[in-house]
Amino acid sequence: MPDTLLGISAYYHDSAAVLLTDGHITAAAQEERFTRKKHDSAFPTQAVRYVLEEAGVSLNDLTAIAFYDKPFLKFERLLETYHAFAPKGLRSFLSAIPVWIKEKLFMRRMLWNELAEIGPGRPTLLFPEHHLSHAASAFYPSPFDQAAILTVDGVGEWATTTIGRGDGNAIEILLQLDFPHSLGLLYSAFTAFCGFRVNSGEYKLMGLAPYGNPNATRTLNWKQAIYENLVDVREDGSFLLNMDYFDFATGLTMYNAKLWERLFGIPPRKMESELASEYMDLALAIQQVTEEIMWRLAQTAHKITSCRNLVLAGGVALNCVSNGKLLCKKLFSNIWIQPAAGDAGGALGAAYAAWHIRENRARHPDKRCQDAMQGAYLGSQFSELDTQRTARKYAAPYRHYADFSQLCKDVAARIADGKVAGWFQGRMEYGPRALGNRSIIGDPRNPEMQKLLNLKIKYREGFRPFAPSVLEEDIRTYFDLDCITPYMLLVAPVNADRRNPLPEGDAELDLYTRLYHLRSDIPAITHVDYSARIQSVSKATNPRYWELINAFKTVTGYGVIVNTSFNVRGEPIVRTPEDAFRCFMRTEIDYLVIGDFLFDKKEQKALKDDINWRDEYELD
Amino acid sequence: MNFFTDLWGFLKERKKFWLLPIIITLLLFGALIVLTSGTAVAPFIYTLF
Repeated sequence: MPDTLLGISAYYHDSAAVLLTDGHITAAAQEERFTRKKHDSAFPTQAVRYVLEEAGVSLNDLTAIAFYDKPFLKFERLLETYHAFAPKGLRSFLSAIPVWIKEKLFMRRMLWNELAEIGPGRPTLLFPEHHLSHAASAFYPSPFDQAAILTVDGVGEWATTTIGRGDGNAIEILLQLDFPHSLGLLYSAFTAFCGFRVNSGEYKLMGLAPYGNPNATRTLNWKQAIYENLVDVREDGSFLLNMDYFDFATGLTMYNAKLWERLFGIPPRKMESELASEYMDLALAIQQVTEEIMWRLAQTAHKITSCRNLVLAGGVALNCVSNGKLLCKKLFSNIWIQPAAGDAGGALGAAYAAWHIRENRARHPDKRCQDAMQGAYLGSQFSELDTQRTARKYAAPYRHYADFSQLCKDVAARIADGKVAGWFQGRMEYGPRALGNRSIIGDPRNPEMQKLLNLKIKYREGFRPFAPSVLEEDIRTYFDLDCITPYMLLVAPVNADRRNPLPEGDAELDLYTRLYHLRSDIPAITHVDYSARIQSVSKATNPRYWELINAFKTVTGYGVIVNTSFNVRGEPIVRTPEDAFRCFMRTEIDYLVIGDFLFDKKEQKALKDDINWRDEYELD
Repeated sequence: MNFFTDLWGFLKERKKFWLLPIIITLLLFGALIVLTSGTAVAPFIYTLF
């Protein structure tokens, strides 16, 4: 009987479950994909059921279950924080403590109760620290024998940032920065100030930053104001937040609105209101500060570990602009980033920590430099029968292809003709990005594509950029990047010879004039600063997606397509054929491909009683 | 019982015994609120605080 370990993250955001079989990832999934509630924080009952089923085991068969943080340590942090800030924070104390006294302090019992719903069995419960879970999720599946480990997020128990060293099957945390001094929470405070939701809008802030004017006095002054008033950064990358300006330690908001308004001279932006240029400059200022802190932390990690490889995890590691800049500096020979770098990845790290540290099992990284994530295609997959069942349920006409190459050719031709397709294949991705198995795809050369995808398909803010999926062997043809980036976690410039010059006074123009200016021959995936968040597609890891892009190359000469997640704003990425079909019918997607089936929108009848579908999802 | 074993292990490991009275007080308050909610004793408890 193989050793099976279950990893769980829950009760904060992005609950997930992972199953390791003899140290190999058998299955991993986020609960939100099952419950259809974005960033679902509830115990991942359905994700646990799924991973157990995928491995063909029950709770009784498990060697151990690892939960991704230490509840007592977190409670210690809460009590000490309230004590340190008292009498401030009484309201927050009164709302937080009852939940702990009633439930979270008794985490073991809580977990057993939830697991009892799934089936009988009481394997050992383990509680590795939050940042150890992140570190383990970054190092153990990486292709490196040795690596410096940098984890940066909002907060776990106490730690907000750690630098460690991974060697063989051991991880040693060498430096740690504690709450409330947190880069993740600093970035989140700006996310909230700029009118986006904390824990989901950070990506939008990063996407907004390139619209800021780097040479404007305002941007420079605000950057200086951040350094002088909000965060005191030291040479080694450690920093202290000035807590007079932040409310997250004791209040129910992220920042002190009065002081921020006085400091920046602008009020907090109201959610969903027009985006004024001030907020773009502010987004740029905090993005630059974040990059500078990450750079200093990376230098310290390099200095104290002497490693040539760097691995990253924690929510801030999803800041692919910062990752791209780190890579550019070539301080490390190789950088690897955990694709589920946020809390969902904590489930994977917890299971890995149990396997390699507690069980002391050896680690054998792939000598061909392949990581152990299997392309992050670790979730649910469905049979032809499931697709046919969905088609029957909705009386949906379809065409079944016996020859997959022909399907790719047909879809490629339609995309090249300006159409948009939903592309649903194989196992669902683990982590926040759709990597070609639950994706919406389009033609990057099409000048209207970004507008169409944002406004008529995703129903999201018009300014948001789209990412390219490019054949691994063609990366250099389009982008100034010398390594693979299979998880869409690196931003790099579009090659200079593909760019069109910017109009005069570009930085002064309004957002939409700048947005709709054709910046290159692949405008749909070229951001306003000529950057792109790249996914390289390997024939070995995802042969079907590779074949589709290759077919598009045959038709157009371009081995690159637009890839965005298969969902609408506020909706978790689709999981099942039925989720995909509903999303297809609710948007202006022209074609839907599920496995070897092609659905044409023109042939479908509208869904019945589905007018109010937007109420199903809360805008993120 | 597991809870108290875990709690004691945690306090020993972290050498934070000063948290013990705070945690016990909070737990007692919690228990008091749960036990007295909807009972005849409740009004007398409220007058104490």
